[in-house]
Amino acid sequence: MSPRTLRQRENRAGLLLISPTLVITLVVVVLPLLWAVMLAFQDVRLINIRRVGLFANYSFANFAYVVSEPGFWSSLVNTLIYTVAGTALSIALGLVAALALRDRFRGRLVVRASILIPYVAPVVAAAFLWETMLNPQYGIVNTWLAEPIAFLSQTHGEFLGLRVPVALLTVIAFEAWRYFPFAFLFLLARLQALPRELDEAAVVDGATPTQRFRYVVLPQLWRIIALLSVLRFVFTFTKFDDIYLLTGGGAGTEVVSVRVYNFLTARADIGASAAQAIVLAVVLVVFLAVYLRFFAGGEHEQG
Amino acid sequence: MSRGERPMSRDRFERGLFRVLRPVVIAFLFVITAFPFFYMVTLSVRDIQELILDPGSLWPRAFTLDTYADVLTRQGFLTFLRNSAIVSVASVAVTLLISIPGAYAVARLRFFGRRQVHFLFLAVYLFPAIVLAIPLFVFFTMIRLRGSLAGLVLVYIAQTVPVTVYMLRNYFETVPRSVEEAAAIDGCTTLSTIWRVVLPLSKPALMATGLYAFMIAWNEFLFALLFLVDRRENWTVSLGLSQLAGSIEIPTTVLMAGSVVLTLPIVIVFFAGERLLTEGLTAGAEKG
Repeated sequence: MSPRTLRQRENRAGLLLISPTLVITLVVVVLPLLWAVMLAFQDVRLINIRRVGLFANYSFANFAYVVSEPGFWSSLVNTLIYTVAGTALSIALGLVAALALRDRFRGRLVVRASILIPYVAPVVAAAFLWETMLNPQYGIVNTWLAEPIAFLSQTHGEFLGLRVPVALLTVIAFEAWRYFPFAFLFLLARLQALPRELDEAAVVDGATPTQRFRYVVLPQLWRIIALLSVLRFVFTFTKFDDIYLLTGGGAGTEVVSVRVYNFLTARADIGASAAQAIVLAVVLVVFLAVYLRFFAGGEHEQG
Repeated sequence: MSRGERPMSRDRFERGLFRVLRPVVIAFLFVITAFPFFYMVTLSVRDIQELILDPGSLWPRAFTLDTYADVLTRQGFLTFLRNSAIVSVASVAVTLLISIPGAYAVARLRFFGRRQVHFLFLAVYLFPAIVLAIPLFVFFTMIRLRGSLAGLVLVYIAQTVPVTVYMLRNYFETVPRSVEEAAAIDGCTTLSTIWRVVLPLSKPALMATGLYAFMIAWNEFLFALLFLVDRRENWTVSLGLSQLAGSIEIPTTVLMAGSVVLTLPIVIVFFAGERLLTEGLTAGAEKG
């Protein structure tokens, strides 16, 4: 048997084995995605979907319509605030948790297991639990407060004389609570893999704990923090479940993904829904491109 | 100035501060994560009257399991559990069936387009589900597969396979080539090499992969909502709880029992295989 045919056989075997994976991603992800882009440029509703041809009547009408609809721009701003704050808080809390649990102590395994539960628990159960605990009538959190707060249905409230968006802050807190275990897992794995010698050398040199964190530990964590930021940003920016379940998009928490859902189901306006989803995806890509450029530049300067 | 009167150095101050701060932080983290779920369980075993009369109490005065009986039978959670189990087990089985050969191909075989495959997987992993939801909702409506559990399983598989291929590939690459070559010399074909040599050596990775697929399918909400909401007999536990949570007729404590029913299986499954799963997911982290 010549080497060339061996190579050809390997090629054929490889393609054969990977083909189920490729077929299912192609049929259930790639093709629908292309279709979603086409739908965004057509006037399609659930009732006329069979009459609209695949390649007929392309226009920007959907885009013009959705960006001029009331609430679109504010939902985009909400999405951004929710994403940036949720990402930053979940990573910060994850970092604090990873540092606190880095060294052994009695009961570490129990605390570690407990920290993972919010992330492992189904989102529907976690959201219902928060709704119950924050309920203004019988929620346990409100029994601890002097005056009950409608955390999930109040748009604005006074706090220390400041006007704060109550419901938006609550869903951000939920996001941080639910996803800090994700950052915690990655950061703890990285922390425990760091060579101890550097830290010990810094102790010998007389570095204080904060100095060791700032100059020894943190520089070795930047890459994983940057990766986590990208991942959490991407996932949170298009997240639907959490806000839909907590507030239904009410009380000043409407994000674009909830609008996409409402246009699709309540209004059955497929074209407008798709157009909104495409706008969301494009904004996401733009932010990612800016971030990656900025970050790649920053890393270069650090050497 | 004698030694004893030396002002406290920054180092000693910080060490002292963190010695106090660390237990406080650990206690705080424990409370914010454990307390809500502790509360969930205690709320699920009391009567609704008790909650309304005394919302601040942490411990039930009278335990009752009527809430569980109610949620499982009257509210239909037994059916929802069955649906969730069908969907999750089917997703795990088919995901493994598809991703094992796929991962082996990516790990071992040189074929046309092998490099591009990684890009495709990353794209699918990061791709927003809400964008995909639109065409799939329309398509499944058109072919009348919406409302069926099979359609949902198909979507879950497509969303998990790219990640599971990646997870399994990382593991398959650690299987020594020499073992496989020995099998090949003994006359094994590619498929029988996978079946007889690679898989028995990869049990932890298979467990982790199956666990991941199970969790995705059990916890998923958006597609279950879009596909199944009109067909109550096909609701999954997640969908069932979310739909009933809005109703005023069903007491909160009964729904809490439903939350426990929804959460407990996944927590048990997760901690049974936790070490495997977290190692698989964070495998890249050690490399930085």
